Amino acid sequence: MNFEYAPSIESIDIVKIDPKNKLFIDGKFVEPTSKKFFATINPATGEPLAQIADANAKDVDLAVKAARKAFPKWAKLSGKERGRYLFRIARIIQERARELAVLETLDNGKPIKESRDVDVPLVAAHFFYYAGWADKLEYAIPGKDTKPLGVVGQIIPWNFPLLMAAWKIAPALACGNTVVIKPAETTSLSILLLAQIFQEAGLPEGVVNIVTGAGETGAAIVNHPDINKIAFTGSTEVARIIQKAVAHTDKKLTLELGGKSANIVYEDAAIEQAVEGVINGIYFNQGHVCCAGSRLLLEESIAEMFVDKLKNRMEKLRVGNPLDKNTDIGAINSAAEHAKIMKLVESGISEGGEYFEPSFAIPSKGYFHKPCFFNKVSSAFSLSRVEVFGPVLAISTFRTTAEAIMKANDTQYGLAAGVWSEKGSKVHKTAAALKAGIIWANTYNKFDPSSPFGGFNESGFGREGGRHGLFPYLSIK
Amino acid sequence: MRTISVQKEDGNQIAIHAFPIDEVGANERADFFTKRSVKKDSKINALYLALSMCDLTTLEGADTPGRVKQMCAKARYPVPPEMIEPFLKKKKWGPIPSVAAVCVYPSMVPVAVEALKGSGIGVASVSTAFPSGQAPLQVKIDDTRFAVENGASEIDMVINRGAFLSGDYQTVYDEIVAIKKACGETHLKVILETGELGSYDRVRLASEIAMEAGGDFIKTSTGKVTPAATLPVTLVMLQAIADFHKRTGKKIGMKPAGGIRTAKQAIQYLCMVQETLGPDWMNPHMFRFGASALVNDLLKQIFKEATGHYYYDKVFSID
Amino acid sequence: MSGLNNELKIAKTIKLFIGGEFPRTESGRSVPVYLAKSKKIYANLCKASRKDLRNAVTAAQEAQKGWASRSAYNRTQILYRMAEMTEGKREEFIEVLTNTLGYTKIAANKAVDEAVDAFVYYAGFADKYQQMVGAVNPVSGPHHNFTSSEPVGIVALVCNSKFNLGNMVAQIAAIIASGNSVVTIMADEGAATLAPLSEVLATSDLPKGVVNLLTGDLAELHSHLGTHMEINSLSYQGTNKKVLGELKEMAAGNMKRVIPLIAQKDMLSLDHLINYVEFKTVWHPIGN
Repeated sequence: MNFEYAPSIESIDIVKIDPKNKLFIDGKFVEPTSKKFFATINPATGEPLAQIADANAKDVDLAVKAARKAFPKWAKLSGKERGRYLFRIARIIQERARELAVLETLDNGKPIKESRDVDVPLVAAHFFYYAGWADKLEYAIPGKDTKPLGVVGQIIPWNFPLLMAAWKIAPALACGNTVVIKPAETTSLSILLLAQIFQEAGLPEGVVNIVTGAGETGAAIVNHPDINKIAFTGSTEVARIIQKAVAHTDKKLTLELGGKSANIVYEDAAIEQAVEGVINGIYFNQGHVCCAGSRLLLEESIAEMFVDKLKNRMEKLRVGNPLDKNTDIGAINSAAEHAKIMKLVESGISEGGEYFEPSFAIPSKGYFHKPCFFNKVSSAFSLSRVEVFGPVLAISTFRTTAEAIMKANDTQYGLAAGVWSEKGSKVHKTAAALKAGIIWANTYNKFDPSSPFGGFNESGFGREGGRHGLFPYLSIK
Repeated sequence: MRTISVQKEDGNQIAIHAFPIDEVGANERADFFTKRSVKKDSKINALYLALSMCDLTTLEGADTPGRVKQMCAKARYPVPPEMIEPFLKKKKWGPIPSVAAVCVYPSMVPVAVEALKGSGIGVASVSTAFPSGQAPLQVKIDDTRFAVENGASEIDMVINRGAFLSGDYQTVYDEIVAIKKACGETHLKVILETGELGSYDRVRLASEIAMEAGGDFIKTSTGKVTPAATLPVTLVMLQAIADFHKRTGKKIGMKPAGGIRTAKQAIQYLCMVQETLGPDWMNPHMFRFGASALVNDLLKQIFKEATGHYYYDKVFSID
Repeated sequence: MSGLNNELKIAKTIKLFIGGEFPRTESGRSVPVYLAKSKKIYANLCKASRKDLRNAVTAAQEAQKGWASRSAYNRTQILYRMAEMTEGKREEFIEVLTNTLGYTKIAANKAVDEAVDAFVYYAGFADKYQQMVGAVNPVSGPHHNFTSSEPVGIVALVCNSKFNLGNMVAQIAAIIASGNSVVTIMADEGAATLAPLSEVLATSDLPKGVVNLLTGDLAELHSHLGTHMEINSLSYQGTNKKVLGELKEMAAGNMKRVIPLIAQKDMLSLDHLINYVEFKTVWHPIGN
């Protein structure tokens, strides 16, 4: 019998979206100076969800002023007191978890299963984790007294809107800094709900300021003279502009950028789990993951068998309405991203890779793309080198450990890598040789607030998470 | 990769691969199926399907003909048709299916066969000195022959865990071959007793040996040892079946037994079978639940779907 | 509030807290607690016997493995909840402190603040200390070598005879944050706080048996503490040098780790917490 899953749609009644969303400056929601707004779209339907304020340089200036005004008092609070605010925020996030998850899915397009079970719990955990550091900074760098940097400017991407906000705001606040943060223009709603939570928690005014907008708003932050540090997560291309822009200033900088991470599967891997890990590595979150395992390096002796299993597994993936609890892969975040992915897929086909996509249908409305792969890709193909940031996997083979390592390192990026083998010493040797900031051995896409995350080379510098995640937000007294 | 070697009856050696399983990864994949949300008509389909896949079981030292007859009556009509007819009519659903089979000790086979005459419900008999399997091979063969001669349509044997855990795979293999012979045309399920094997790696290896030796079904547990069936252990066995099918073209059935008490759990297993093996296994010929309490919870859920509110179990019998 | 006058108010029975439950002492003995500076009895406490102690150790043992196998994040959450519960029971703590110890309202509030602070501090430490004392060690040779910390197991905590709520809470929290379980012998002074404190522990999702609270005569119990072979560590937070020496001697029986008085200034610190962990170092080759 054909056992179908009836739609199981999460209700959106729990969410109240303001049709007009303002900026959050000095503890209040305020109109943008220009009175200009832009639409944010639900990528699953292509329909607009709400209007978002467009912050200009004047608004950014107001935000920085508010942050600067709040800074001395915030920094002077004992770590214990700062921690209390962060603990409170963490608790309220847990209480309003469903609301946050539904909103995230509506604005971003990711499956409700993910926002509910992965994103929002991690967001709460990050605030909990850094709350506990606020009064233990004497242990951050042994033997050293530390102090906050001041006002930090933060720019975050659209792939994990709430989680990226947590990764940025929690450590900054724990260390005594105040924040001006810009979410991505396609996903501003959930951080604005987070702002309401900040208000509910009684966070002092001006400690966190949110300026919504696009590239120009971001530039205004980067170029503002009264910001002490910039933290950016996004594309390497934009990061280059930022790094140049702050070169002649004293501004500290951390960057968390793109990747073309390799998933290495040795012949002695636990094959079924490796298949799952590869699938998770590239198709989780529609492939919109900086550390996605977008290159699969297979030991030649198992390549055919493995690719066969991949195909079978992909046929079972469910692409569709992100609000359906049975959806595995949701919508691509925007029309622009969708077009970009399709273009790269086309060029991959013209380069000569063997293209495969599963046979099921995907919704025609909204921005959806099938999970797919190119088999027998050579290192010289653009697919092996250019970040697609979508559910597209490039598969190639290797024959020895040394070759696997060489191929995995053959990239200007260096964010993550996966290593699959049941042989411990080989896993360690490979991990030691890979030039990547996160190595997942016999697993993939595992995140924890205590685990430092960040890249080598052109995947950026600086770490988020763990004790190492404090360093970018402190200076030695 | 590590392989073990066994000699077939015809003298040829076969190599059986010992596929490594990463426990953490297997647990994660199994957990994935607990997130599937099966609602509305897909839920009713699932409940009906699960009912039709149940092997109603009694394997107690205290079993008597009276006890077994009672269970067989429940097997035919899990709920008295007159009590449920009005609900089904209203919803335009089909009649409640009877279970797939009953499962009893060999001594009770004649009673069960008589009680289920004409019903189409199978009589599965445990054998091979169930549950421990600690007896001479001849005893196990005789145990099996007795059940078969008295009308059992299926035999649930246990593998020799002592031999398996001491690395004597040849004995494990030979015994299954011998029991399959004693079964003749009767369907053979091979119980691995996964709760005693110690690791998923070993569950995979035992599955491979059982299938190579001629088992028609592989089954997790006797129900007498904890842990019995779990989602990850079942997943490992389903994956072994998938690979065996790819290699040989043969479709082997699967039965998780013990520890599946609720409709919710049963539906999670169905999702897992569907997404691991596909529609060909979604029927009682290829998949069974070894359960007793499950039947009543499935009925309770059917009543809930029919009435729209949480129901009680007073409309059908407890045993 | 009932219309009955104070004479008929129902007084709380203060029992022991063992295995997540509230048993009376099996010895049936009690010790009166008086209203401060008065001969009026506030309540009768249980005088724990060595059998109660034995039961507490058994409960602590049964609970410890499960507690240690929880994620550090989970222990963080539970310790934070204890802070929440303590804050919620502020008035009850104040009632006990003012009535039985003669604290002023201000002093009582301060004591509760310190207890809350201690729970929050160690809640925030449960998933941090590992990164401060763990290490990847740069051994020469092709081996991955790392040191991680594990809880010692079952800790017997003897509280200081001079009662300090914040300190007692800090000591208990520091012990359990890393996954140990604890059998606490409270001092006579302030023993009535066992009531609200045990209720905090019982309502914080803490697994039964992780923290056990006993009131009784230390002189009677201390040899059993010192010689009990299933206790892994003895934390003697009293000041009696002779008792400490005796406990250290008895500890030799199973090499108990003995932790002496922790200074006030170190009550909330890393070094306090790591008294209750062991370090494990693992080697693994790096090679093809």
